[in-house]
Amino acid sequence: MSALPTQIGALAQRSITRTARQPASAIPPLIFPVALMLLNSGGLHASTELPGFPTGSFLAFALAVPFIQGALFSTMNAGTDLARDIQTGFFSRLSLTPVRGSALLAGQLAGIVTLGVLQAVFYIVTGLLLGVRFASGPAGIALLLLYAALVALGFGALGSFLALRTGSGESIQGLFPALFVFLFISSMNTPRNLIAVDWFRFLASINPVSYLIECVRSLIITGWDAEALALGFGIAIALSLVSLALAVWALGQRLERT
Amino acid sequence: MTTRDNSIVVEKLVREFRKGPRAVDGIDLYVAPGEIYGFLGPNGAGKSTTVLMLTTLLPPTAGTARVGGYDVRNEGPKVRSVIGAALQEAALDPLLTGRDHLRLQTMLQAIPRAERKPRQEELLERVGLTEAADRKVRGYSGGMKRRLDLALALVHRPSILFLDEPTTGLDPQSRTALWAEVARLAREDNVTVFLTTQYLEEADVLADRVGIIDHGRIVAEGTPTALKAEIGRPSIHVIPCREDDRQRIAGLLAEFGEPLGDGHDLAVRLREGAGMADVIRAMDANGVVVDDVELRAPTLDDVFLAKTGRTLEGAAESGDGAKAL
Repeated sequence: MSALPTQIGALAQRSITRTARQPASAIPPLIFPVALMLLNSGGLHASTELPGFPTGSFLAFALAVPFIQGALFSTMNAGTDLARDIQTGFFSRLSLTPVRGSALLAGQLAGIVTLGVLQAVFYIVTGLLLGVRFASGPAGIALLLLYAALVALGFGALGSFLALRTGSGESIQGLFPALFVFLFISSMNTPRNLIAVDWFRFLASINPVSYLIECVRSLIITGWDAEALALGFGIAIALSLVSLALAVWALGQRLERT
Repeated sequence: MTTRDNSIVVEKLVREFRKGPRAVDGIDLYVAPGEIYGFLGPNGAGKSTTVLMLTTLLPPTAGTARVGGYDVRNEGPKVRSVIGAALQEAALDPLLTGRDHLRLQTMLQAIPRAERKPRQEELLERVGLTEAADRKVRGYSGGMKRRLDLALALVHRPSILFLDEPTTGLDPQSRTALWAEVARLAREDNVTVFLTTQYLEEADVLADRVGIIDHGRIVAEGTPTALKAEIGRPSIHVIPCREDDRQRIAGLLAEFGEPLGDGHDLAVRLREGAGMADVIRAMDANGVVVDDVELRAPTLDDVFLAKTGRTLEGAAESGDGAKAL
């Protein structure tokens, strides 16, 4: 039996190679969130003049969104890739090797987490080039990369769970808009305390995506906000644990081998 | 080469699917070490389901199977360590190159680091893909994909090889090349080969023994020669010169044997003692003129027809048979 790290490394390398060789799925998670951020920054800049708005730079405020948006793209890509493996029989090929079930999942997720961190580096560099100053400094940036890895793990495991349950890339893509709804009913464009419409503020307040965004936002514009960090990391860890548990269960169901 | 048991022993193997018929309905078979066993049947007959059970990817509903001396139900990892498999449709990643695939497979199969690269090169050369090794698989032809599939199945030097319809969709040249490699593996490396196919010629040319499966049951088993000898008698096929004579020729032929085909063909399986000369003499005496008369030795399709009442081609077209995976 080959060592688990070798198996995971081989599968992660494959996952990254695949993504690198299909620009059509590698570029949108980088470009679209940044483009949307720039559009919002142009159109919603006046929001910064609202009393109580946490910063004078809407760009700094909006920079948090791509981190979560990119992770959502990763969910879809991870799920679609795994579903394709199931449909084409590649998953069966892997099942015929001595590879452990845990390595099948971990290898896939290791690739997604690596790509998630690379995406985060891209967003950070883009922000710095556009003049955003990170209030938490270099240590905050390091923590942000760790957080990006955690969020990518959570959403990637969720995508893997969906793929293992449905075995269909089309189903994953069909679920993608539903995941995006969570993003749009969050505090992505306005701080929760400044949302004037009651029902929207309520939905944004019970939506965990709001806290995932606010954790990133705190590191960029506030500095070290213990409450925002605790909520963000807490939700990311909970999402990862629940998604991983679901993915492991679904893998057991899918992997019928004796 | 390994000296361990590389036989396949199957007893009363069953696989049922929810809301479906028994895809495999209590089959027994034995494949000797180094033998090429052809598993022949139409689509949906239960061939692929059998392979999935024997390769541990699908647990049997009932019965037992030992592959390489290991129980497929309780010793899955041990079974997988001694088998290689190329399942239906080459399961390859179109974005990876041939070399990428072999690199991944050598790592997952726990080939020692120092041996990985030489093994990759050896297999690429063996299947004739050295030049194409660094091209993405999406640019490969069907034959190249099948050859790569075979190379991947051989990475860990398995003593038993499962090939599920390995030449479906291949051109004759690629098919012949693959047959040659499979035959070489059995003859030179003593690899046991379990080969499913719906091509009669493939089973005839390649297999030491053939099992014919229909509706999840094995309906005939033996060497191709013995199975054909079991049918025994040759058939005679006539092409009339004038369509008007069709009825008369059919009547004449019926005197010499049982009609074959769907009634449109002018063919009979000759009765004991009847020969081609008798038929020609009878037609001559009745003033029947024909374009062609052909005497055919029994084929595996004749065996299939005799055992199931249908031709293999007809069974495949009707989609008759148990649920396929």
